Amino acid sequence: MAENRETKTTGTNIMLEADSITKTFNPDTVDAKKALDNLSIKVKKGDFISIIGANGAGKSTLFNAIAGSFITDSGKLVLDGEDITLLPEYKRAKQIGRLFQDPLRGTAPGMTIEENLALAAGHGGWLSHINNADRKAFREKVSQLGMGLEDRMNQQVGLLSGGQRQALTLFMATYSMPKLLLLDEHTAALDPGTAEKVLKITKEIVEENGLTCLMITHNMQSALELGNRTIMMHHGRIIMDTEGEERSKLTVSDLLKRFKQLSGEELDNDRMLLI
Amino acid sequence: MDAIATVVQTALELGLMSALTVLALFLSYSMLNVCDLSTDGCFTFGAAVGAVVAISGHPFLSIFAAMAAGAISGLVTAVLQTRMGINSLLAGIIVNTALYSVNIAVMGQASLLSMNKTETVFTKLRAALKDTVFAGQYKLIVAAVAVLVISVLLGLFLKTKLGLAVRATGDNPDMVRSSSINPVFTTTVGLCIANSFTALSGCLLAQSQKSVDINIGQGMLTVALASLLIGTTFLGRKKMPWRILGMTFGAIVFRLVYTIALRLNMPAFMLKAVSAVIVIIAISFPYLKAQVPLLKRRLSGRKGARSNG
Repeated sequence: MAENRETKTTGTNIMLEADSITKTFNPDTVDAKKALDNLSIKVKKGDFISIIGANGAGKSTLFNAIAGSFITDSGKLVLDGEDITLLPEYKRAKQIGRLFQDPLRGTAPGMTIEENLALAAGHGGWLSHINNADRKAFREKVSQLGMGLEDRMNQQVGLLSGGQRQALTLFMATYSMPKLLLLDEHTAALDPGTAEKVLKITKEIVEENGLTCLMITHNMQSALELGNRTIMMHHGRIIMDTEGEERSKLTVSDLLKRFKQLSGEELDNDRMLLI
Repeated sequence: MDAIATVVQTALELGLMSALTVLALFLSYSMLNVCDLSTDGCFTFGAAVGAVVAISGHPFLSIFAAMAAGAISGLVTAVLQTRMGINSLLAGIIVNTALYSVNIAVMGQASLLSMNKTETVFTKLRAALKDTVFAGQYKLIVAAVAVLVISVLLGLFLKTKLGLAVRATGDNPDMVRSSSINPVFTTTVGLCIANSFTALSGCLLAQSQKSVDINIGQGMLTVALASLLIGTTFLGRKKMPWRILGMTFGAIVFRLVYTIALRLNMPAFMLKAVSAVIVIIAISFPYLKAQVPLLKRRLSGRKGARSNG
């Protein structure tokens, strides 16, 4: 551990650093809303952080800021030593994989599984075609999902179920080993059985590849079980950040109590699962 | 018998030449999901540029010049909608309007340009095939070769990574926005290629009929859209090569139907109206079909109410 601390001071084991980022929606109007309020966080390489918070706490806004869906009003974002504050979204996407709650959002329905994968694979020039070696590699990798998709490589993705599409999206997002994986309640729209399966695949892929990952969840239990660190957001700020021994002792009811104590409000999230 | 053969051959020639515009729309409308309203102007632009270059003595260069002109027109439309925040329909209309002036300027401030004594690919092939059995088919051969080459190139392009990215941009914009594909780039590439096909289409039509009229492209978008929808109805659910073939099929079917209508004494000026009706039917049909059960229930409900009262 001592060695780790040393490398940490050189800054090389920080994957993502957000330094006082701020975003206000509808500025200078009565509807002005500070969605991110001077938020700072350092994410270490290999961190798997779960993020919880009430509706409108700024969790998804934080992801949008990191991924570049908008440019922040102020502050700085550094990904693995590179300043990405002003980088457009598609350029960040080469290094940041992202999944949304809507399982239909991450794949092209009118294209085949193989064609979707070819887009995600990232290698080869613009004029390169899918060759037989690619086909073989795609099949092999897809079979690891255990969903039988390897026999449906030439079927349109629109014919798959939501769970299959989300698993495929996860697979595509991690295909070229992103530096950062952002999961925005990616199992929330799936039925419980499928959600569990996708969560299990998520865990496997993240662990096997040692990916650095941020995961928004409304499931307090999995927020504590998955990953190595949990942060709680409120009104665009991080109000709790816990890891290690302290985190391992936390229970769901502790989390609720801490929330009330730190924010002065009841944790109010209509989709929050307490168990 | 000969008269009918001639009529059918003319329909095939015109069908094949307009098939190039249908292939352009297949890329912009079906793949990229952008309704490119600059099609009419771009068609004339290709015809005008092709004519001017051919008249200046470069029959082969005229083909590529027309395609390049189309690509530039597509680039302008793309820049307006992706870099300047102009709605894609509006961008097409604006470019279409501007092209009217550009086309007159290209044609030397005239609205009609004759190529009666101009050497073109058509006259070259006619000379080469003189005294052979194919002497009368030179127009058909040029058009068929052009459609074949463009179809193959389009098919190959759509299989490349760039082609897949263009398709994804139309298929799921949300996905593309949060991926490493730059939608600005894919939209621009798609529109440039599509418009180069449209311009080629105009260039060949003008050269085959040896003249350019400023109104040569008017209504081309609707005609091509009608052909595209016919092709999609028959072959739209098949694999990509068949879908591309379907565009030419649709264009030829449209021309044949139109030719038959002409034989049945429909006046020639009705072409645009007929294509408009085909487009209306083809696009509204699925919607109207879905309304039928609802309409039936409403009607039976009304009857029930009456019998109860």
